[in-house]
Amino acid sequence: MSAVRPTAAAGYDCVVIGGGHNGLVCAAYVAKAGRSVLVLEAAAQVGGAAVTHEFAPGYRVSACAHVLNQMSAQLIEELALELHGLRFAATQMPTVALSGDGAPLTIGAAGLSGPARLSKHDLDAYPRFVERLGKFAGLLGLVLEQVPPELGTSAWSDRFALLGLGWRVRRLGRRDMRELLRIGAMNVYDLLNEQFESPLLKGALGLDAVLGTNFGPRSPGTVLTLLYRMAAQAGAGQRAPAQPLGGMGAVCDALAKAAVAAGVTIRTEAPVSRVLVANDAACGVLLESGERIDARTVISSADPKTTLLRLLGAEHLDTGFVRRVSHLRTSGLAAKLHLALDAAPRFSGLEAAAHGGRLLVAPSLDYIERAFNHSKYGEYSDAPAIEVTVPTARDPSLTPAGGHVISAVVQYAPYMLRAGWEAERERMADRVIATLEQYSPGLRGMIRARELLTPRDIERQFRITGGHWHHAELAFDQFFMLRPVPGAAQYNTPLPGLYLCGAGTHPGGGVMGTAGRTAARRILAKAA
Amino acid sequence: MSDERQLPPHYQQPLLQTPFHDRARALSQLDSFIPWSGYTTVDVFTTVEQEYFAIRNAATLYDLTPMVKYRVAGPDAQRYLNRLVTRDVARLKVDRVCYCVWCDDSGHVIDDGTIFRLGDDEYRLCTAERQIDWLLDSARGFDVEVTEVTEQIAALALQGPTSCAVLKQLGLVGVDRLKPFELGSFEAGGLRVTVSRTGFTGDLGYELWVAPQDATALWDALLTHGRSRGVRPIGSRALNLARIEAGFLAPNVDFVSAERTLRVGSSRSPLELGLGWLVDFEKGHFTGRRALLEERGRGPCRQLVGLDIDGNKPAVNALLYADRSARTEIGSVSSAMWSPTCKRNIALAMVDVPHITPGSSLWAEVYLNRELVWERRMCRAHVVERPFFAPDRRRATPPADV
Repeated sequence: MSAVRPTAAAGYDCVVIGGGHNGLVCAAYVAKAGRSVLVLEAAAQVGGAAVTHEFAPGYRVSACAHVLNQMSAQLIEELALELHGLRFAATQMPTVALSGDGAPLTIGAAGLSGPARLSKHDLDAYPRFVERLGKFAGLLGLVLEQVPPELGTSAWSDRFALLGLGWRVRRLGRRDMRELLRIGAMNVYDLLNEQFESPLLKGALGLDAVLGTNFGPRSPGTVLTLLYRMAAQAGAGQRAPAQPLGGMGAVCDALAKAAVAAGVTIRTEAPVSRVLVANDAACGVLLESGERIDARTVISSADPKTTLLRLLGAEHLDTGFVRRVSHLRTSGLAAKLHLALDAAPRFSGLEAAAHGGRLLVAPSLDYIERAFNHSKYGEYSDAPAIEVTVPTARDPSLTPAGGHVISAVVQYAPYMLRAGWEAERERMADRVIATLEQYSPGLRGMIRARELLTPRDIERQFRITGGHWHHAELAFDQFFMLRPVPGAAQYNTPLPGLYLCGAGTHPGGGVMGTAGRTAARRILAKAA
Repeated sequence: MSDERQLPPHYQQPLLQTPFHDRARALSQLDSFIPWSGYTTVDVFTTVEQEYFAIRNAATLYDLTPMVKYRVAGPDAQRYLNRLVTRDVARLKVDRVCYCVWCDDSGHVIDDGTIFRLGDDEYRLCTAERQIDWLLDSARGFDVEVTEVTEQIAALALQGPTSCAVLKQLGLVGVDRLKPFELGSFEAGGLRVTVSRTGFTGDLGYELWVAPQDATALWDALLTHGRSRGVRPIGSRALNLARIEAGFLAPNVDFVSAERTLRVGSSRSPLELGLGWLVDFEKGHFTGRRALLEERGRGPCRQLVGLDIDGNKPAVNALLYADRSARTEIGSVSSAMWSPTCKRNIALAMVDVPHITPGSSLWAEVYLNRELVWERRMCRAHVVERPFFAPDRRRATPPADV
């Protein structure tokens, strides 16, 4: 720990590129350990993609993620985010599977409930399914918290980490271990069809497995993404899924206050143009304004391609490493629709109070898979799968009096749309609204303003290569020891002094903050 | 198959012919051809001995058209090459050539080759094997264009003590002023020829680069004007003997490209190959630098060395031991020959530290086949300096008029 903090003129111990949630989390933890830290954010406000933005006069909404279901409860406590102003408009939000026949299914902490009719088989099977998958998710949860071991080293810490992992799998017992190995790499379509009868239930669970990914329910590896979601949600504690009061921006506002309280300096409207290198080590950053900031350690929460290929540059890296980084799959497939409404929307079969939950348009697994099919060929489906929230059902502060907003994650919207997004954006918005209207008759007449953010828009507005939620696809080959790529999976990059801490690193994105927190641990251990 | 005419030529004829092929086939007495980088080339024209002695005593023609050639051009060409290879390309002046190696991320050699600087922003990279995948991946982030030009250039090596005299006879005025690793453009009898004073024989020699349509005219002119100076075509076998004497490495013989090795530990770093002098740690970053720095720090655990082995039986593929009783294995031979010029039994071998310093002595296990009866001999081997053969004439400028 350095006793004397250098002044700004002499540079900082650490400079963090990007003031998104992971950047702020990392900065706060590093500063708490006594380092001088500067956060540089390109936009006018901190938050990155976790912001609340005004998309129509007076109407505000979480710009990307709209449900806080993954942020580690431990992190919220350690950084005292509630002391710094984080409040929740809703907690333990139920999931509602919307149905065309007006009889939705509600999935809550207490289990399944109607009005949808469920078979006895499903009612019996569901708790067993949740318990068993919960056990596996618990195991994965331990993985999410750790610095991934490095393969092929002779370091005992790496060997022990791998051994420990194997030991925990073994300790599941013979039957559960066999089941984990059986379903681990399976697709969620086959798994759910084994377990359940109700298409509505399977559709809802299936959508959770593929939200924010480039997968359909039949894609391999979707049991992993389901377990991942469950694991992260378990780490988020009793509250999750929750809706922050004031939208997702409130989370980053609290994070920023916590960071400042820990001694972090935050500068907004300070886009970085280069990572500076001297003697084969990072030594600071150059801002687009031409200003130079010296630092012994440079930490980037930007996506791996932006950090390594654009800010640092291939010339400082080896060809094989650059090849791996360029091959990283970073194209987003989720769009975001925002609707400003004159009145409260009504979804068929739902009581007014139930509108504060997560409302899913995924009536069956085949429905999702069909929507996915189009995306493989650069098209979007006229019948998309959607996760809808009505944030104003619980948080009227987001709109003028009487107004409401709908916030919807729409799948699938391919980054590379064959017809081009400029020509198709409004037509796709029309199709999504038409789909929603099947579940909420009269919705169209309430719309005052609308906004559709495609992966292209997300890329441009939030400076995320490909516009992917997780910066890089969350799949077996880009997970844990392989995330983002071997050679940078332990948060340090091949360039000494340059670290990654964003969603592209383990354990990935979503408004979780674990990547930033674990990166800080690694940075403090390495750059002591 | 609907239309065979649309198939690329390699489907019709797996091995292509170089522009010199008809001439070579006419002079080939043994019809001994081997494949090389997708082309059919001569292994032996007459006898290996005759061809070898022509390299050392007269002048020889060797068709090196199949050598893979890349044009590297653009504002970032120099920065690109400097990030690619271990040597400092910024020091290479226009009309100069340098030998270099390039490595993968682990600092293991992918290939060796030569870089010709043709202009301020234009280079030619000559390699033994095709590398376009690696070269293009290395080009990410650089404003540079890398294109293969192998088929657009016909190349002949003219090597041997009388080679300069042959070129002068041909009318290449001023060719004798070319220094080693220098490059120049000449005109003779209506032919435009680019000449570089480079080669793979360790002797006085040149490499000649022409348009494919001029290839046969150049061949004919060299044989006609060189007759009195003993010019003869040679195949790969004779060249291989000369390159061992010169101490040069052959890919896939003395090392395997790191892009092709499958087994852990079978790829080699430039430090292990005795090419540490090609690695410039001060020039800035290049692929493999961090791994090589680390290796330099701990020291390579084995190294390629030259051996002088007792007796006159080439120690081909011999295992090497620290003791005569063959208890401690310390390496193996990758290239070996009886050198007719040096009158020594020489070899290139990969040897474990600490047996690599000149003067160390070790034991080679040599197997002899005497009319199908195998004999095993333990022969004493001495680590010696490379090259084994380095005549002054290879560097003399102008070369002696012979």
